[in-house]
Amino acid sequence: MSQHSMRSLLSFTIVPVLLSVALYGCEKSPTTGQDTSGDLVVRIGASAPLTGPQAHLGKDNENGTRMAIDDANAKGIMIGGRKAHFELISEDDQADPKTATIVAQKLVDDKVNGVIGHLNSGTTIPAAKIYSDNGIPQISPSATAVAYTAQGFKTAFRVMANDAQQGHVLGEYAAKNLGAKRIAVIDDRTAYGQGLADQFIKSAEANGAKIVAHEYTTDKAMDFTAVLTAVKGKKPDLLFYGGMDAQSGPMMKQVKALALKTKFMTGDGGYTPEFIKLAGAAAEGAYASLPGVPLDKMPGGKAFADRFIAKYGPIQLYAPYCYDAVNVMIAAMQKAGSADPAKYLPALADITYDGVTAKIQFDQKGDLKGGAITLYQVQHGKWVPLETLGAAKTASN
Amino acid sequence: MSLKIPKCFPKMKPNSKSKLLLIAFGIALLLLPFITDALLGRGWVRIVDFAMLYIMLALGLNIVVGYAGLLDLGYIAFFAVGAYCYALTNSPHLAQAFPVVFHLGVHLPFWIVLPMAALIAGGFGVLLGAPTLRLRGDYLAIVTLGFGEIIRIFLNNLDAPINLTNGPQGISFIDPISVMGVSLNKTQHFLGIAFPSVHLYFYLFLAFTALVIFVSQRLERSRIGRAWMAIREDEVAASAMGINTRNLKLLAFAMGAMFGGASGALFAGFQGFVSPESFSLTESIMVLCMVVLGGMGNIAGVVLGGVLLALLPEVLRNIVVPLQQSLFGRTLIDPNSLRMLLFGSALIVMMLYRPAGLLPSRVRRRELGGDEPAAEESVYDATH
Amino acid sequence: MDILLQQIINGLVQGSVYALVALGYTMVYGILGLINFAHGEVVMIGAMLALSSLTALLGWGVPLLLALPVSVVLAMLGCMVLGYGIERIAYRPLRHAPRLAPLITAIGVSIVLQNLAMMIWGREYHAFPQLIANTPHNIGGAIINNIQIIIFVLALTIMAGLMAIVHRTRLGRAMRAVAEDQHAAQLMGVDINRVISITFMLGSGLAAIAGIMVSANYGLAYYYMGFILGLKAFTAAVLGGIGNLRGAMLGGLLLGLIESLGAGYIGDLTGGFFGSNYQDVFAFFVLIAVLVFRPSGLLGERLAERA
Repeated sequence: MSQHSMRSLLSFTIVPVLLSVALYGCEKSPTTGQDTSGDLVVRIGASAPLTGPQAHLGKDNENGTRMAIDDANAKGIMIGGRKAHFELISEDDQADPKTATIVAQKLVDDKVNGVIGHLNSGTTIPAAKIYSDNGIPQISPSATAVAYTAQGFKTAFRVMANDAQQGHVLGEYAAKNLGAKRIAVIDDRTAYGQGLADQFIKSAEANGAKIVAHEYTTDKAMDFTAVLTAVKGKKPDLLFYGGMDAQSGPMMKQVKALALKTKFMTGDGGYTPEFIKLAGAAAEGAYASLPGVPLDKMPGGKAFADRFIAKYGPIQLYAPYCYDAVNVMIAAMQKAGSADPAKYLPALADITYDGVTAKIQFDQKGDLKGGAITLYQVQHGKWVPLETLGAAKTASN
Repeated sequence: MSLKIPKCFPKMKPNSKSKLLLIAFGIALLLLPFITDALLGRGWVRIVDFAMLYIMLALGLNIVVGYAGLLDLGYIAFFAVGAYCYALTNSPHLAQAFPVVFHLGVHLPFWIVLPMAALIAGGFGVLLGAPTLRLRGDYLAIVTLGFGEIIRIFLNNLDAPINLTNGPQGISFIDPISVMGVSLNKTQHFLGIAFPSVHLYFYLFLAFTALVIFVSQRLERSRIGRAWMAIREDEVAASAMGINTRNLKLLAFAMGAMFGGASGALFAGFQGFVSPESFSLTESIMVLCMVVLGGMGNIAGVVLGGVLLALLPEVLRNIVVPLQQSLFGRTLIDPNSLRMLLFGSALIVMMLYRPAGLLPSRVRRRELGGDEPAAEESVYDATH
Repeated sequence: MDILLQQIINGLVQGSVYALVALGYTMVYGILGLINFAHGEVVMIGAMLALSSLTALLGWGVPLLLALPVSVVLAMLGCMVLGYGIERIAYRPLRHAPRLAPLITAIGVSIVLQNLAMMIWGREYHAFPQLIANTPHNIGGAIINNIQIIIFVLALTIMAGLMAIVHRTRLGRAMRAVAEDQHAAQLMGVDINRVISITFMLGSGLAAIAGIMVSANYGLAYYYMGFILGLKAFTAAVLGGIGNLRGAMLGGLLLGLIESLGAGYIGDLTGGFFGSNYQDVFAFFVLIAVLVFRPSGLLGERLAERA
């Protein structure tokens, strides 16, 4: 019995101890906006999935954000005549909408001046409400669902083209430039993959192509032979995949293994070094799109890429957008002469900023204005930019 | 085993001391959001709100797993059904998808939607129960798991050919819950005190949690509850004693599902956005962990399990970095993988120290504490 | 016609993958009656260990013919140690605990392994080196490659090997005795702890092989791959009759076929109302239908109702 009570004692002491440590941790979290040295402390919140299946992308986002903040601190940026010191508060939202709202509330409690996030549309949409209720500007580097900025929140922005903008350009390019007549579509039934695929279909059909098959997979699948075989039976001349690199890489490999002779095209989720790594030789000739202008065509883009790779390894996907998002936010603060969310929000809404991914301007809703979209192709084991499109036409839809 | 289980529950003797304690506890609960807000910040009030939703879920699952002994790995499906009931009847989605039928949009009041969500979820509970009546143990587990996935997949794909659920995009613009004309989405003032939205939801969820606890307690001590426990202990003997095992099993599934559906509706109103990714298998497993870890069949245990597992990841979020910094002077290990690592380890350690749950039910405690070997309960029970 | 044939081949290959994982799963279940939720993670660790040792050995210029068996053995040994450790730490102390207690520790182990793997091997997806020439063979218009044939043959061989162990050896007899009645087995002089440890190690060694074959077939390995594999293997094992080795094989192959034929033909069968997005729904419906008529799976023994 004594052993038993010892054990129960143990498990009941663990809880209060943990809680009190948590309390201690929170108490330490700063509550004022000023450093002792008189510097203006600006807190940038960031959130992305840092555990779970998309953790590699989440970490990439965190790295991009961190680099922008380190750069800003190194430059000694002045806001309203005072030297600003930037702090990053990065939280894991586990790609889960519920956790995202908890994280959002935590960032609000931590008195962040602005938020870079979240990665997924499913987390960005519910979190946006909390940021909006508290008047904190939010820039998503990667959420593409149209619904995010359609909620009517003044605090919601993104530096990424939305599904409608990107799907529109992709569908047009497939039907017109690549001359595809019979198109097969596979999507992964996530908010991102399905959203992009639907917009692609609309645009491709509007440009005269026929959708001969629409098949589905999931964002956890490894084997696509069944759907690819079904696609093969429909003899398409182009296969479009709406989803991420972790699937499109192996899928590309299986396309070749099944001798499915078709062009392969995917969205920004496939434009990664992982895609080429996972598809191997089969990657050759695949098309992908990425909002913005190729890094090495932008002033400062090449330098950014070199420094990022030296520090964190290859860019996965959205790190440059996170870098831009932070810098746009800081630029707005400088312009407004204040890091107070209420004061710099109007400046952010009508900013013009030359980022490493594109020239950034927001429209009424907070979407990227006239976002350029670049098409890439794998040539000799590398993504090579083909053409930058869509700068003028994206207003439709 | 005899069916005189009520003997195991000695009547509570409400003496003045325990009454006082109860009142103090009640006041503490009522003040909780304000204390939490002042000490830890509003984020923690939201975390506590979610913890209450999990407690309701865990108590619902407790009816199925704890009382009736039916292993359910797809419980989150009922939560999903409830959430989508609320979302569809309180958002512009249906009006946009079917402009001809619902040209004005559907906005049903909370007090109608909530019982409706519970009833529909209960119906799904029966739907799940019916084909699984003959199944036992792990066969039941996989079918319930499959059921949970089936519901999620349907929610994820019913945007075509008719757009019922809006598919993976989820449903946004869900109306917040409003009780008697008071919207819980805005800060409200009563008696000169400002109640922020998360606080208001806290009181709503607290009331529902109390209700769920009350109903659970009544069920546990009722004829039905005793019959469930008889089925849990020995189905053949129970049916020999004249218990209609089929109806009672279905009732357990339905009751559990109703609790799940009601909390789902609360979740949708609170979150303002639902999408299928909130209802994954991992969520079902998490709720099951709460029930088992807390102590199956014991309400206090299940509540404790719910609180612990809902708070633990968030507590760890706040201690991992400061702890490392105080130990090593800097962050050595990536805090997020460490956080989940500690969470997994905590599950193992707690279970090893308290195999019957943190607060085991009295029946179980008696079984384990007695001289009689617990072989009957063993996993390694040689049925294969 | 060649499309149908291709779908059947796809299903058989995918099914063999499931069967490979399910064999280890069902092995442990057959002896202990324990759903080892962490089995999928052991499969993942096996693939990761093989990946690391292969990369290291190939990097040092060791020829593939030597590097491959060394890596397979290393991965198997690693997983066996891991399996032994999991059983000792997370399952053995709970042998007389309530039924669901080990289920929770299994979930805990699975979370721990996943996050440990994330710390060690990182969050990214790794390309798995190509082990053998991937020459496609053409059978009546359908295509199959070497590694797929190997997986199919290997699954059958392992099943036969396991059945031989269980039914023909002294160890196997002890295993069956433990499965039948632990107390009686102990009284007859069977060292229960030893038998259970060996069972776990055997199951984990198999998991390593399964992990390597999965990674070799799809050309990738990542820390999250175990979860979905474990889930499918569990489904396959139950479909065939959990605890039954032939059942695991049959269940795996059937699940693979159901999935690929489902994905390929639901759309045409339902006039486009349901598509390949309902592949898993279709699979689960078949599973439920099977269990309604055979509550212990296809090849599971009809257990006398426990009295």
